[in-house]
Amino acid sequence: MITVEFLGPINKKSLELEITNLNLLGDILKEDENLHKWLDNSAVAINDVLVKDKNHILKHGDKISLLPPVCGG
Amino acid sequence: MADVNNDLQLIQGDLKVESITNAWYEKYKYSNYGAIITFVGVVRDENYIDGLSFDIYEPILKKWFSKWQEKAKSNNAIVLMAHSIGDVLNHKSSYIAAVCSPKRRVALDLIDEFVEDFKANAPIWKYDIVSKKRQYALNRSTKIQGAGILS
Repeated sequence: MITVEFLGPINKKSLELEITNLNLLGDILKEDENLHKWLDNSAVAINDVLVKDKNHILKHGDKISLLPPVCGG
Repeated sequence: MADVNNDLQLIQGDLKVESITNAWYEKYKYSNYGAIITFVGVVRDENYIDGLSFDIYEPILKKWFSKWQEKAKSNNAIVLMAHSIGDVLNHKSSYIAAVCSPKRRVALDLIDEFVEDFKANAPIWKYDIVSKKRQYALNRSTKIQGAGILS
């Protein structure tokens, strides 16, 4: 089981999914109309480390975070 | 309040600029830093907003800040930062960054890089406050490097 959390303005409750890689996560999230617009512009972190490789293998207990565009200050 | 060695302060509401910057000065004035530069961000009254509001994701922000502490240390300098969580009304401060360095040139270069990298990569989300409602400032926001891998 992995947890998926949606940060900042995405404003969606966390999900718990049985998946093994980010490709599968992308496929699942694309089916949600409210999330579709965020997939193009959100970065992804696994266990609070940003990742750039979609083929990253997930393991039980991982936490995935979606980070939409930022603007501090 | 969260902190990374007390040099990163995350504070609910607007920042009390004088107390934060004075405390930094008092703490570090005897450390032989020849240059102490502070950058104070103030919320502008524009576009009919009443203020700004902020969400922060602390775990990644702390990691980002730790990397900057290491980078500064390699230049014999330190970085300091304070940022607001939640609402900050117009003309109040939501962000203070500082660099302390023995050398003027190092401090001037680092504060520039530190503030620019903060704008591009710190996991903070900004909202305009209009008629007491929060509106995400998407058009002023920047995609984090590597964004879009799920699309």
